[in-house]
Amino acid sequence: MNGIPAKKGQSGVEKLPSKRRKAVLYRLWLYLREMKMPLIFIGIVVVASNLLGLVGPKLTEPAINVIKPGNVDLPQVFYYFKLMLVCYLASALLSLVQSVSMTTVSKRITFNIRRDLFNRLSRFPVKFFDTHQSGEIISTMSYDVDTVSASLSTDLIQICTAAITVTGSFIMMLMISRVLVLVFVVTIPISIIFSRWRAKKVRPLFRERSGKLGEMNGFAEESIGGLRTIKAYNREKQFISRFEEKNKAAVDAYYNADYAACLNGPSVNFINNISLALVSLFGVLLYLYDPEVMTPGAISAFVLYSRKFSGPINEITNIYSEIQSALAAGERVFRLMDEPLEKPDEPDAVTSPVVFGEVEFEHVKFGYTEDKTIIHDLNIKVKPGSVIAIVGPTGAGKTTIVNLLMRFYDVNEGSIKVDGVDIRDRSRKVLRQAFTMVLQDTWLFGGSVYENIAYGSEGVTEEQVRQAAKAAKINGFIESLPEGYSTMLTDNGANISKGQKQLLTIARAMLPRSVILILDEATSNVDTRTEAQISDAMCALMKGKTCFVIAHRLSTIRNADLILVVKDGDIVESGRHEELLELGGAYAEMYYSQYN
Amino acid sequence: MDSTVLNDSLNPKKKVTAYIKPFIPAMILVCTVKFAGSLAELFLPTLLSDMVDEIAPAKDVPRMILYGVIMIICSVIALVGNICANRMASKIASKITRNVRHDVYEKTVSLSCGKADEFTAPTLISRLTSDTYNVHNMLLMVQRLGVRAPILVIGGVILASFLDGMLTLILVVLMPVVFVTVFLISRRGVKLYDKVQKGADDMVSMLREHMDGIRVIKALSKSDYERQRFAAINENINKSDRKAGIITSLTSPAMTLLLNFGLSLVILAGAYRVQAGSTEQGVIIAFLSYFTIILNAMMMINRLFMQLSKGIASAKRLDEVLESDSEPDFVLGDKIDSPYHISFENVTFSYLKTRNNIENLSFGLKKGETLGIIGATGSGKSTIINLLLRFYSPDKGCIRIDGEDIRSVPRQRLYKMFGSALQTDFLMSDTIYNNIDFMRGVGEENVVAGARSALADGFIRDKTDGYMHKLDVKAANLSGGQKQRLLIARALASHPDILVLDDSCGGLDYKTDSLLRANLAENYADCTKVIVAQRISTVKNADIIIVMDDGKVVDMGSHKHLMENCELYRDTAKAQMEL
Repeated sequence: MNGIPAKKGQSGVEKLPSKRRKAVLYRLWLYLREMKMPLIFIGIVVVASNLLGLVGPKLTEPAINVIKPGNVDLPQVFYYFKLMLVCYLASALLSLVQSVSMTTVSKRITFNIRRDLFNRLSRFPVKFFDTHQSGEIISTMSYDVDTVSASLSTDLIQICTAAITVTGSFIMMLMISRVLVLVFVVTIPISIIFSRWRAKKVRPLFRERSGKLGEMNGFAEESIGGLRTIKAYNREKQFISRFEEKNKAAVDAYYNADYAACLNGPSVNFINNISLALVSLFGVLLYLYDPEVMTPGAISAFVLYSRKFSGPINEITNIYSEIQSALAAGERVFRLMDEPLEKPDEPDAVTSPVVFGEVEFEHVKFGYTEDKTIIHDLNIKVKPGSVIAIVGPTGAGKTTIVNLLMRFYDVNEGSIKVDGVDIRDRSRKVLRQAFTMVLQDTWLFGGSVYENIAYGSEGVTEEQVRQAAKAAKINGFIESLPEGYSTMLTDNGANISKGQKQLLTIARAMLPRSVILILDEATSNVDTRTEAQISDAMCALMKGKTCFVIAHRLSTIRNADLILVVKDGDIVESGRHEELLELGGAYAEMYYSQYN
Repeated sequence: MDSTVLNDSLNPKKKVTAYIKPFIPAMILVCTVKFAGSLAELFLPTLLSDMVDEIAPAKDVPRMILYGVIMIICSVIALVGNICANRMASKIASKITRNVRHDVYEKTVSLSCGKADEFTAPTLISRLTSDTYNVHNMLLMVQRLGVRAPILVIGGVILASFLDGMLTLILVVLMPVVFVTVFLISRRGVKLYDKVQKGADDMVSMLREHMDGIRVIKALSKSDYERQRFAAINENINKSDRKAGIITSLTSPAMTLLLNFGLSLVILAGAYRVQAGSTEQGVIIAFLSYFTIILNAMMMINRLFMQLSKGIASAKRLDEVLESDSEPDFVLGDKIDSPYHISFENVTFSYLKTRNNIENLSFGLKKGETLGIIGATGSGKSTIINLLLRFYSPDKGCIRIDGEDIRSVPRQRLYKMFGSALQTDFLMSDTIYNNIDFMRGVGEENVVAGARSALADGFIRDKTDGYMHKLDVKAANLSGGQKQRLLIARALASHPDILVLDDSCGGLDYKTDSLLRANLAENYADCTKVIVAQRISTVKNADIIIVMDDGKVVDMGSHKHLMENCELYRDTAKAQMEL
């Protein structure tokens, strides 16, 4: 994955309005609730381990106090030493238990979120995928979920720890000296106000930084894909200087954000150091004033606690921005999860299979968007076993018919009937089983050649797969591969040619027993000679089936029982070859242009 | 290369470290400033110890206030020093990153096609994007923590040793133990995270697949199966992620335990030392402060380590690009008198140097003539184009343009002759105008003329803002045929001497295809054309047609000749025309 850094949660992410923030927190809570018992256990461990950690420094106070010059109570020191060891050891063990169990829980929650996301995703309508960029969905499922889970596992604990440490240290400090604590009454609000003010300033700069980086990454991705074209036009210099512009913008934005952010850490540190100086100063003054009120051991313990106390306060800025980005990521995750699903089948949906393959379009009206109807009033009746050719220039919308037939989209008005039953009244599974599709965009997945051919036809024998491959004229190629049918295809079949991919999908289509066939420029990537060779197999495939063919091969079109001429999405002419020629319209023009 | 390389590549080979070198003085300055800042911070506990041990018993209030003021001044120095140093470090890291990125891009663009194939486009892209980003982060971290953390550790130890040498011994013994523990844990963690990354890659590619194939999956009702497939991948990520998370979460408790152990030891040992009268109470207090500082610094070093190993891995990947050879501009070659505009002389070539992809190919093309190349998918048609465009050089034989060996023609002059529409369509997310012009400045007139001849003018003008219409990423808002016409328009816009169309007409319907051919014949009669096609109708009127099959030239000649003599050609024609 590329361009990743830009996508990752930076510290400058948008802040959600409180209502949406609450919604996200509620949804996360639902996931946390599933893990109730482990979480309660973790909570106890966190409290225990931090309390033990707090006791440690407290023990240093009596230990140091008994170290009086010339009068050291060694057995006492030894006693405290042993006590400290036990405390620290127990604290470490508990914090170990805590991190192991928290990691386990948070990863389990990640797993659950991903599982739920994909379960939803696989039930989304096709329209969702047509209108969303896969990159976005992928980044939600990987980076956004990761951001949420990282925040769950670290921030939750950190917040607990911080709360315990801060209150604990505060109580301890109060116990040691109430007067000295006054120093913090001044410095803590300053550092909190300062942090928030800085966060507000820095956030837009970080957003700018992500944006510019994204632009540069986009440009790199785009132009490297076109390396040869750049060479062929000798445009290297121009592209380098264009890249340099983006590069400069990205680096500058990075620098600006960093320049501003640089101030934060040292400043908060400064405030801490000042409080340390003040604490020491006042502490010693108190000691001078009255050694009963303040002992050296107390000063030491107070300083140790004050370091513990300011640690989490320092982190607050970080945690705050991390939580902001986690919430923003969480919102994207739940927004994706809440996308509407494909409308479920009617409860009384017909589940008997389609046997004849009779198709009827009745007053079909359809548009991909509400405001733009592209099919106005389509009426056709297709007898079982007939061939319907859909022709028209590229980009005219020939695939729309397929989208409607397969119920990837539903018609706006009118109805489509298969075997006399409205396709919306039949279960999708049964309806789709009636179809076999070979599409122009070949699709293979990262599995073996065998799995790819048998995909969708469970329980076929190896011999049947081989026969299908033979019929599609791809058996020879497969057997020439080093591992034959077990060869793994990677990245949508990047290791084989376009034409071979298409032959594999044709082989896949040879297997299932269906009554309607859809060929969407099925042989567009196959060279003519191979096309001629597989034409027998294609004929066998088509035999006895109702066929919807999108093609530019004249012979197929001429013999079709019905030709639909598509232009700008709508069907402008329909009829047989001779009828359409006689009509002298769009079809006739297209036909004759081939022979000029 | 058998002939002498005339001009060495524009950009010499350099490693990432070479980009850092010029900035070393500046980095030293950063370190110094940082050093001052960190040192000031380090003095705080010493000052505190003096206060408790010496000034307090002496009840010297003015001196005490002076110490308080010094502590505040030290804090200010720490503040200013750290901010300045951090900003300077940021500037340096930015400059280095910018230079590295520039040169990686420059090198990438100038790689020979063979070399670029070796790297593959996705890795080149990720090198330019995530690897340069990692290096940037590393440069920053190293300058910031790389100085601060060791100074805090070493300085802490030194200052502590001034306080009490014996107690420091505890620190000295403890630190290597801490360091080795942390190192071992992080090394294991890094390894485990590689696995996590692999699992994540698997998930991304499965998701991409799923979305690409959503129609097929739905058509075959395979959603359940896909869910199982995803569950397995998800489970796998969960397992490795959990393991890596647990291992890395060991670091913090382990370190805290070791250092707290040391802290307790200091108190115990301190007690004995005070007993013996060799140290004081205040020293122990200060010592404990140093312990905390050192603990935090060690944590920083741990983080630095993680970042460093990531950054070094990225820098190595960048070095691979930076150190590879760029293609030479031209080499020495001969020039002969030739009646042909383009000629291939006994050209033999193999991509992988095993099986010849082209063997002993010879032909000559006069000015204004057309060469058609036809053959099955994967039969080697594009190889001829790749050789003609000098993307690859022939292993044997020679390709000439106007008698000149193309290897001896400087790139600038060579490519000016060509207008080419290649299979790997490259349209930028920019205006249509800029996509046709392609940064050549051919002028509006020529852009429109090119688009007209390529039959793109019509659909361009249909767009709301015509030629100024901005294309989406990967020109997703255009159909396949429209994209091809834009690419052809680009090729035609400069009215080239040689026009190369590599399978550019496949997405055009027959009518558009034939109109295009008519336009080429009419407006580009003087232009020598090389057209690769799958349809015979596209190349039928070419002066020479090469028929290719399985990497070999089966026959060559006019349509008429081939119809009479070449069975393969005749079969293809018959299948396509089928009347």
